[in-house]
Amino acid sequence: MSFKATSRDVADVTVIDMEGRITLGEGSALLRDLVRENLGKRRKKIVMNLAGITYIDSTGLGELVSGYRLMKSEGGELKLLNLNKKVTDLLQITKLYTVFDIYNQESQAIASFHS
Amino acid sequence: MPSKPQRMEIVLETLIESIALAEEVGMRIAAVAGFGEEDQYRIGLAVHEGVMNAFQYGNQQRRERKIHLTFELHEDKLVVHIVDQGTGFRIEDVPDPRDDENVLGDSGRGVLLMKAFMDEVDVHSSEAGGARLVMAKHHKR
Repeated sequence: MSFKATSRDVADVTVIDMEGRITLGEGSALLRDLVRENLGKRRKKIVMNLAGITYIDSTGLGELVSGYRLMKSEGGELKLLNLNKKVTDLLQITKLYTVFDIYNQESQAIASFHS
Repeated sequence: MPSKPQRMEIVLETLIESIALAEEVGMRIAAVAGFGEEDQYRIGLAVHEGVMNAFQYGNQQRRERKIHLTFELHEDKLVVHIVDQGTGFRIEDVPDPRDDENVLGDSGRGVLLMKAFMDEVDVHSSEAGGARLVMAKHHKR
């Protein structure tokens, strides 16, 4: 399944619901555009909901990191939600599990921006 | 006397679509070789990362270059060769993305994932000067 993403706002937090594959090419480029688009709209609190993500490669992981760095540099935050086992394993192998704030419940992810 | 391994060679175009194709072929060959689903995914991802490296860094996305992908089915392991037409690289020069200074960097995750998911990973120079990435996954018996 190719990459698809839809955004929705929950108060001042943007939740990006993603599905498909985040790999070199379509998925990773779209992900990059989404982060920049939100920054352009001054939306600096992003939760990436990866519940529908079936596959991610090193380029996809790199785009998550780039998004995180870009948000941080602009005074914003990017957090991750609903990682499946494969994505969790990849984040642990690459030590990115220690970098991102990761949640299993959307309400907790959103509340974390205000705590 | 050990029997000769079965060998399959595929010549891929330097196209982004070749990465997913190689991954799918790798998974299917892993299945035929008797690996379980989890190892099929791991082998597929390692092949994906290796071909992606060949596409981006070895062949510099140059359409006229090719990527040679070979699978060898030995009794005790599956061996994968990925050869590009670039100028080669040394695996020891690839930064470790787990180091504190690299964890938010851009490089090294592909090689790290290949090393995590395969039992052996090494890079040699190919006959034509490009990189020959060789990876192996052993059967757990």
